[in-house]
Order: sequence, then C-alpha cells, then structure tokens
Amino acid sequence: MLSSNISGPEPAAAGATAAAPSIALEIAHLTMIYARGRTAVHALDEITLSVRDREFVAIVGPSGCGKSTLLKLISGLRLPNRGAIRLYGRAVEGPRKDVGIVFQSPILLAWRTVLENVMLPIDVLGLPQETYRRKAVALLELVGLGGFADMYPQELSGGMQQRAAIARALVYDAPLLLMDEPFGALDAMTREQMNLELQRIWSAQRKTVVFITHSIAEAVFLADRMVVMSPRPGRILKIIDNPMPRARTLDDMLKPEFGELVRQVRGLLGGQAGGEL
Amino acid sequence: MNGAEDRPAAARSEGTDRKLADRLQRAALPLAVFVGLMALWEAVVDVLKIPTYLVPAPSAVFLAFIRGFAEAHYLFHALITGAQAVMGFLVGTALCLAIGVLVVVFPTMERIVYPYIVALQTVPKVAIAPLMIVWFGFGIESKIVIVALVSLFPVLVNVIAGLKSIDQDRLDLMSALSASRWQILRYLRFPNALPFIFAGLNTAIVFSVIGAIVGEFVGSNRGLGFLILQANFALDIAAAFALFVVLSIMGVTLHFTLQYIQTRVVFWAESEEFFRH
Repeated sequence: MLSSNISGPEPAAAGATAAAPSIALEIAHLTMIYARGRTAVHALDEITLSVRDREFVAIVGPSGCGKSTLLKLISGLRLPNRGAIRLYGRAVEGPRKDVGIVFQSPILLAWRTVLENVMLPIDVLGLPQETYRRKAVALLELVGLGGFADMYPQELSGGMQQRAAIARALVYDAPLLLMDEPFGALDAMTREQMNLELQRIWSAQRKTVVFITHSIAEAVFLADRMVVMSPRPGRILKIIDNPMPRARTLDDMLKPEFGELVRQVRGLLGGQAGGEL
Repeated sequence: MNGAEDRPAAARSEGTDRKLADRLQRAALPLAVFVGLMALWEAVVDVLKIPTYLVPAPSAVFLAFIRGFAEAHYLFHALITGAQAVMGFLVGTALCLAIGVLVVVFPTMERIVYPYIVALQTVPKVAIAPLMIVWFGFGIESKIVIVALVSLFPVLVNVIAGLKSIDQDRLDLMSALSASRWQILRYLRFPNALPFIFAGLNTAIVFSVIGAIVGEFVGSNRGLGFLILQANFALDIAAAFALFVVLSIMGVTLHFTLQYIQTRVVFWAESEEFFRH
C-alpha cells in the first residue's frame, strides 16, 4: 500500500520495452581538469560508462580519485572540459529535474522541520503541494522517520538526518539517484544499517542509483556493478559484475563469493587503496 | 539510534523548580550590592553636604522621578522619544534589508554602494543632525531620519555578511534543483542571514535611542532629550538623574523586547553550531 502511494510517474525513458532495460545514463570520454589556485588538477580522464535503467552502480576508488567530481558532472552542477553525458537520451547541460542527489552531509535547513526539508524541492520546483505532501509523509515512513516529521533536523541523530536527505532526494520523482558517500560520516554499525535500508528503499522505488563510496565492502554489498577507479587522474580500472542475489543480508558479507568480490576490487586498487573493509 | 537524546519529562518539570530557586539565589547578591551602593551614596551626600545641584542623593532622584511622572508628563515625553527611536530603527532596518538584497542579488551593486556607506559612517552623525532639522523640520520626521542614519551601519554590515555567508554545499543543493536567485534568497540566504541580522539589530537598537536623544538635543520641544536640556538649564540635577533612569529603563525594555523577538524568530540559532558540527 505504501509503494502505490510513493511510486512516481515513469521516467522519461520513452519507447523502452520491458524485456530490454533501457540505458539511463551514458558517459563518453569524460575528461575534467580544473584549476585549484595556480595548479591544474587533472581530476578525471577518459571516463566512459553506461548505466542501465534501475541498475545500482557503485563507483569505488581512493580519496581524491575524482569520484565526487564525476558526480557533480553527472548532476550538471559542473560542466566537463571534454566528453559528453547523456541522461535518458538528453545531453546534460545543467542541473536537471530527473536527478535526485544525496550529498556527503545531509545539508538540512535548520529552520525547516523534517517534513518541510523533504518538501524543499517541491517548493523550489513549484510542484503541487497537496499531492507531494502526502508523498513526502509516505517517504518519511519508508525511510523510518514516520514519527519525526514535525521535529527539527538538529533534534535528529546523524543517521536520521541522512535518512531525511534521502527522502528529500526521492520526493520529486527523479528516476536517477546520485549518492556521494552518503554514509561516510556515520559510525560502522549505523552505516551497515543504512546500507540495508538503502537496499530496501531502492527495491521499493525502482530507481537507478549511482553510489559513490570509498568503502569496498559497502560497494560490493549494494551494487549490481562496481566501477573501480584509479587515483588522480581518475580512470576506470575495471567494471566488475556482482551476481549475488537480492535481497542481500548482512550475513551475505561472510559468504566466500562476497569475499572474492572484495578481494578483486581491493586487488585492483592496490596496496594504497584507502577503502576500509 | 533514536531515543538516546530523549529526556524524561519528569526530570524536566523538576528542573524548572530548581531553576527558579537558582535564579533567586543568583539575583540576591547583585541586589544586595545595589542596595549597599545606594545607601553609601545617600550617606556620602548627606555627610559631606554635597549640594543637590552637583550630585543629588538617591532619595532626591527617586522623588524627582515620582514627581516627573505625576506632574511633568514624563510618560508622554518618554513615549515620544521611544516612538522616534523605534520608527527610525524600523526605517533604517528596512533600508538595510533593501540595500543588502540588492547587493547580494546584483553583486556589482556592492562596489557602487559600499563606498558611500563607509563615507557616511565616517561622518559623525551628530555633525549632520542640525542639517536634518533644517531639512526635515522641528518635528518627529527629522528625528526618524537621524535615528535611521545612526542605526543603519551595524545592521547593513550584518545583513550583507549574513546574506553572503552560505556554504557551497547548501548552494549546490539549491542549484541542483535549478533554483533561481530569488528562490535561493528566499529559501536559503535570508533565513540563513537572520542570526547575523539580529546581531546587527541588537547594536542598532541601542544606537537608535542615542540618535533620538541627539535629535532632540539639536532641536525639539518635546521628548526626554528636550527634558534633560531643560533640567540642566534649571540646574535641576535630581530631575536630570531621574530622566537618565527613565532612559535606561527604555533602553533595557527595547533590548529585551528585541531579544524576545529574536528567540522566537531565530529559534534554531542555539543549536546551529551543534547541527553543523
């Protein structure tokens, strides 16, 4: 009963047949060099990647491999030097309504209640209040904040704040969800819990997710495919398929195939990889 | 994850009783010192036979205070001064908000406007007060202009600083939603600036009483400033002291009224520090 209330309009992927999942995101030969002070930072080099509709892709790499830059480019917040990004068939030339973003920190506004924070995109985009208020309430229920709608974010713990931020990214029906190390600031136990919750939310909402992390275990636990990146300038070292069945449990992390995938990713990242298991 | 911050309700109500007792205890010492000082002052004036036209005894000030309200329309004059201070304060604040918004929305405006503001600030307002009387007359209008001029600067500086001090993260959040400049101002910059603005207003409210008195000194036939001049000319120093008391009561009232409004409007400010960690 929840999902019928929450599922939004179908993504703009018109003409897609049910049998062959369409491509949500196409990145071709993306290169990004930007100036930091007087030095030029070569952040990304020749990134080519496509993500299927409703796929969960994790991008994993050491700190400073340009993961966050890649996410800012996909979201249209920055523009690349070279290369192209297409989202649902249209080139990305600036911020778009079909992308929801969860940042590293929750970035909730202290003067708005949790529900009002979730409604912020609706206010800004000028969408009908009544319809989306009902949806926002249902989403808060989904992310486990049912009883906290009228509290202020500063009354919530870090994990709860990030749940609210996820609800905010989901509320305006964007088919693509970009997540930039959303659980990096949480303690290990809360983080595992949030990974489980995210898997549940993702399967309830059927979104396409691009999830950035420097935790190898988190990437393997969540993703259909792991995109392993090199240190700066960020290049794609390898894309690894993760055939482990859903819904995955925390116990799956103890299975040999899980360990094998982790070993593969860590092997690619080499000894200096900053990823904690 | 939740529940850890919940305080039991019983402990809270018990706490208010203790708080009241604490408050009484804390007020006792300053009160005792005050009474002691008054007694000492009374004794010194009495023993050394200091004439009333130099330093009046507290008892004489008290009598003058009572007589002033009963016979010399202190309340009427206090209301005039208070009204001038508050109206000038409001005019100045409105002006600052308008300038601040212009400067932030159109950044080139800052370079054009700021030099004049600084130039105006460096001129002692007492020096231009007589001119304001010439331009705006003997009545309330000239006082409002003088008060506005005096209280403008601290508010303006804080309005501009507040509207500009936004985290890049929060701006990214708004940009990702394709928010317009005005939407960013409305949903983000303005509420974010409120704690700064109130810091400026707290300084300005004190300045506004100074401005009103200066205006009345320069040219008026009513108000507390006018009464103080009269009392000085008549060598009625007890009355002058009584008027100082009236002035300080007015100042304290304005200050606490503003503080009350501040805690209501900027209810999140105390927790903001914690919230941003």
